[in-house]
Amino acid sequence: MTDVAQSVQINSAAGANKSLRNRRLLTHAGIFLVLILMWEVASRAGWLDPLFYPRPSNILNSVWLIYVQNGNIWEHLFVTMSLVFMGFVGGSVLGIVLGSLVGLNGVLRRFLKPYVIVLEATPRIAVAPLLIAAFGFGVTSKIAIIVLVCFFAPFINTLSGVMNVNAEKLELFRSMGASKWQILRKLVFPDAIPIIMAGERLALTAALSGALVAEFIQRDQGIGSLILVYTRNLNMASSFACIFTLTIIGFLIFRGMELLDQYIAFWKHEAGRERVSAKRRRAMEG
Amino acid sequence: MSAEKKPVQATDNEVVVSGIAVGKTFADGTVIALDNTTFEIKRGSFVSLVGPSGCGKSTLLRLISGLITPSSGQISVHDTPVTSPRRDISMMFQKATLLEWRTSLENVLLPTEIAGTPTKADRNRAMDLLKLVGLGDFAFSFPAQLSGGMQQRVALARLLQTGADILLLDEPFGALDEFTRERLNTELMRIVAEVGATTIFVTHNISEAIFLADQVFVMTSRPGRVAKIIDVDLERPRPLSIQTSPEFNRLVEDVRVTLGAV
Repeated sequence: MTDVAQSVQINSAAGANKSLRNRRLLTHAGIFLVLILMWEVASRAGWLDPLFYPRPSNILNSVWLIYVQNGNIWEHLFVTMSLVFMGFVGGSVLGIVLGSLVGLNGVLRRFLKPYVIVLEATPRIAVAPLLIAAFGFGVTSKIAIIVLVCFFAPFINTLSGVMNVNAEKLELFRSMGASKWQILRKLVFPDAIPIIMAGERLALTAALSGALVAEFIQRDQGIGSLILVYTRNLNMASSFACIFTLTIIGFLIFRGMELLDQYIAFWKHEAGRERVSAKRRRAMEG
Repeated sequence: MSAEKKPVQATDNEVVVSGIAVGKTFADGTVIALDNTTFEIKRGSFVSLVGPSGCGKSTLLRLISGLITPSSGQISVHDTPVTSPRRDISMMFQKATLLEWRTSLENVLLPTEIAGTPTKADRNRAMDLLKLVGLGDFAFSFPAQLSGGMQQRVALARLLQTGADILLLDEPFGALDEFTRERLNTELMRIVAEVGATTIFVTHNISEAIFLADQVFVMTSRPGRVAKIIDVDLERPRPLSIQTSPEFNRLVEDVRVTLGAV
């Protein structure tokens, strides 16, 4: 049991790592501030066309306007995020269910493969106008577009996850006399969870882009239409403020999915393993 | 442990596993993995299958386990022909093949879950087995938190959890370093003696095969067959140092000659 000794050394190195990380963070913040300052100066000096490159100070002012003074972005933000959520859930469920069915059924897979390849080669967003023609203008066609763009990653990942089961583990289950259903429930699906989660991460990012495209096409509500309106009115500072909002949302999505992954596919993360390990011990020892 | 399952009037010569003219071919009969093999394995004995790659030792083990069926002849366990995996046989592989999302304890409980719903007694038994293999403090660790040797100990506990009286081990410690392997071999001998199980152990290491076994099946390739069965009459318990004794070396020589002569 000398194996535990190694972890002690790693812990003592953690302190040194932390101070290194702090120093790097400071450097990054410094470089960022300098860049913003240069932008502001270049814009005021007339080196940058203020029409296309609004000053950082103007953008900041627009943020104040759309979030606080007018507060008009909230409603659009809510509309867009609701779309993203519904489209993401719809696309995910569809992708995971179809991916499982196709992955586990050899006959289905053989017949569907050509279509999957064709679908994969086609830019999904190109179908968006057809979906509007099919569902008409409104929320339904917007959600349909998002479902379409975020369906594929969960589908393909679930498919390959349930297909590529470790042969040795499968033999172990067979040697124990496990039923097909037991093999699915106790081996195939848990084994596929990490790769399915990776697909979900891509899907949520795609859902945000899909929502924007849907709103560019049907510009009645949402952040996408707001950007379009501001740009048409040559109010670039407000457009930029909207874009930065999306940057932050994109970042939050990324972090949120990372956290979710640590909970759902906990065994892939050191912190997750330690947390669940301690929890199981408590549950057993009462 | 399942030692108490042994009948009181221990008929020590009772045959638990037997094969009559067993053959196995692959690729539509063009590859003969195992040819016309007949053997008997007695209750509570430890049998090593030793030979070079391609001699059919893993094939023979899989035939006994019921994972594959013979192309000709018949294998019987407890006087009934083997057609599919059975609950009184438990198997262990070269890789630990633990489920990464389960703790050691949950991995050991897997065979019990496959057979039904684990009871409190099953959990206690799994805990005892983890202590038996020296992992009592690691019952709630995940495989990624364990070393290779520790993972293989969990697999050993899982092997014993079923209470099966026939244990099949396919090069179980082959991927581990020499020191860990020797330690685990010694423990394996102690544990199977305690449990009273019939054990069939596949290896390509001659010393290991002799050190562990009551009988060594020496297997040769092309076609795969059992060339000779060598009885190992060394006293138990066997210390590691027995491997330098003249009797031991005579047995090693015997295996080598059999392997080289064909």
